[in-house]
Amino acid sequence: MIDGKDESNFKKASEKFWGTYNNCPVQDLDFTTVSSEQVNPIYTPDDVSELQYDLDLGFPGQYPFTRGVYPTMYRGRLWTMRLFSGFGSARDTNRRYHYLLKHGQMGLSVAFDMPTIMGYDSDHKRSEGEVGKCGVAIDSLRDMEVLFDGIDLSGITTSMTINAPASILLAFYLSAGEKKGSRFDQMGGTIQNDILKEYIAQKSWIFPPEPSMRIITDILAFCSNHVPKWNTISISGYHIREAGSTAVQELAFTLADGFAYVEAGIAAGLDVDAFAPRLSFFFNSHLDFFEEIAKFRAARRIWARRMKEKYGAKDERSLLLRFHTQTAGCSLTAQQPENNIVRTAYQALSAVLGGTQSLHTNSMDETLALPTEKAATIALRTQQLIAHETGVINTIDPLAGSYFIESKTREMEEKAEEYFERIDELGGVVKAIEKGFFQREIGKAAYRYQKEVEAGRKVIVGVNRFRSDDDELEIPLLKIDQRVEEEQKESLKKLRSERDNDKVSRELERLLEAARGAENIMPVILDCARCYCTEGEIIGELKKVFGEYQEPPLF
Amino acid sequence: MGTKIRVLVAKPGLDGHDRGAKVVANALRDAGMEVIYTGLHQTPEMIVESAIQEDVDVVGLSILSGAHLTMFPRVIKLLKEKGAEHIKIFGGGIIPDEDIDRLKEIGVDRIFGPGTDTGDIIGYLKEQFKE
Repeated sequence: MIDGKDESNFKKASEKFWGTYNNCPVQDLDFTTVSSEQVNPIYTPDDVSELQYDLDLGFPGQYPFTRGVYPTMYRGRLWTMRLFSGFGSARDTNRRYHYLLKHGQMGLSVAFDMPTIMGYDSDHKRSEGEVGKCGVAIDSLRDMEVLFDGIDLSGITTSMTINAPASILLAFYLSAGEKKGSRFDQMGGTIQNDILKEYIAQKSWIFPPEPSMRIITDILAFCSNHVPKWNTISISGYHIREAGSTAVQELAFTLADGFAYVEAGIAAGLDVDAFAPRLSFFFNSHLDFFEEIAKFRAARRIWARRMKEKYGAKDERSLLLRFHTQTAGCSLTAQQPENNIVRTAYQALSAVLGGTQSLHTNSMDETLALPTEKAATIALRTQQLIAHETGVINTIDPLAGSYFIESKTREMEEKAEEYFERIDELGGVVKAIEKGFFQREIGKAAYRYQKEVEAGRKVIVGVNRFRSDDDELEIPLLKIDQRVEEEQKESLKKLRSERDNDKVSRELERLLEAARGAENIMPVILDCARCYCTEGEIIGELKKVFGEYQEPPLF
Repeated sequence: MGTKIRVLVAKPGLDGHDRGAKVVANALRDAGMEVIYTGLHQTPEMIVESAIQEDVDVVGLSILSGAHLTMFPRVIKLLKEKGAEHIKIFGGGIIPDEDIDRLKEIGVDRIFGPGTDTGDIIGYLKEQFKE
């Protein structure tokens, strides 16, 4: 019996199908995914003959969580609609936050500018020309207070896309909440804080890997004791994918990073169940609709299995791969930008069908600038349309049992496992980074993709096919005022003249000592934050102890 | 058959997005050019020093962070000060159309924006430096 069908009838029909199919002309296309993975013309019960519902799928909220991390999924609660936002000054961004909340956004997500991301104050030489351009400029607790003016930090969750200086921005956030009357244990949110993927893909590092991992384990310990609702790491594949990796590489490298953090936490003496429940993930939702859905499902199953079988996690929450998704920025085009609304919609849909907990949808103008209010509104409405009009939330994991989806899910899991073996052979993630393994794999995939586009084997609508004669841009773009940089510099001068500089010196001295020793640096960083040390000043002390990372310029 | 065109592909400022720069560097190398890649987080001073030391014909700056109106002029100014005005400049990344005009005014030869075919960059460089 195959799936309720008579086996010999099935065989006959199958042979007939293939006989016909192989004699029909097909289009001159590769029929591959955007990651260049083969896709078969048809999937049948044969492709899932080894699938066992209870072992491989389970029910939502049950091991191995392939069908979803929670029993009710979107029937219980929708994913959080959370648009990544930030530009100019804290005041500018605060205005955008209020606007988005008014229009139905459910959680906040902070985009910082490059100086903040790299640990420089707005008045540093390296910050010239960069202040407020890619995100919001945050130099101190004071800026953070302005950023969340009028927002109750115990009533909303906030995700902060910050990595090397994550400890500091977390301290600014917690202090801002504290000043407004929230307790640490009331505050929920996420810091990206995934330094391993910085060396691999996003490249916004400060210190070398070893001290960076120490900072992270300090954060894990601190938050598990004091900020229980905080997601301490958002283990990310998004940036790995944006850098040009395939879907399998995104899946494998992200999970490998996750395992590395688990091992680091355990090595630092923490009980796995004390910190693992607050590890979260962040994936890309790219162009190939079904490949992405399979990827999300494979991710959940791989994580659950490893956490249970290899790391001995006992608390079920340690087994849950909870994730945020962002639609693929690298898939958007500058040509015919309205097409990006459609791309984003399809990508958002696959993230929902893949069971995401939180979702950011890109705006159509993001190949050219940070989003305008109007473009961001359309991005938010895209999610609301999926949630409230399409009906896809009515049932959980609707594609389960699809011969195609289950076959692809298993295939991606198997290919990820192959990568885990290779990484182990190289000595683990950190060693593999030092050897340039991930960077080379990603670079090769990016180059191959470009070649396929230029050969016309991969179509980009509006770019290498279906071009418009008149590509004149007709949408307004957001411009960042040059005055932002000047105003930030003025603010810093004022801050430094108004604060207790003796206290600042003393706290920075304490920080240096803590960094040199083995004490958890989070409480000290909090004290620095509270007396208005700037980010650059704090990073400056840490650089003295930890040094700076440099990458060999390979390509 | 002349000597190889020498290209410095550079990432100025704090921008860490190197996918495009690396794809272009590979394409130019495959097309027979001598390519040096600076790596990330370069100051204009570091870029100009590399350009002169490596005796390149042309520098390609890749900027996606919005800092182009600060970075390009500084690189051009430094090249002039160091007597290396002969080194041409081109670029790519996220640069709005109106800023492209401004960049051209100060001496940036070409900007290759999103959706560029690497063949166009190769063709442009070969045209610029033919015997």
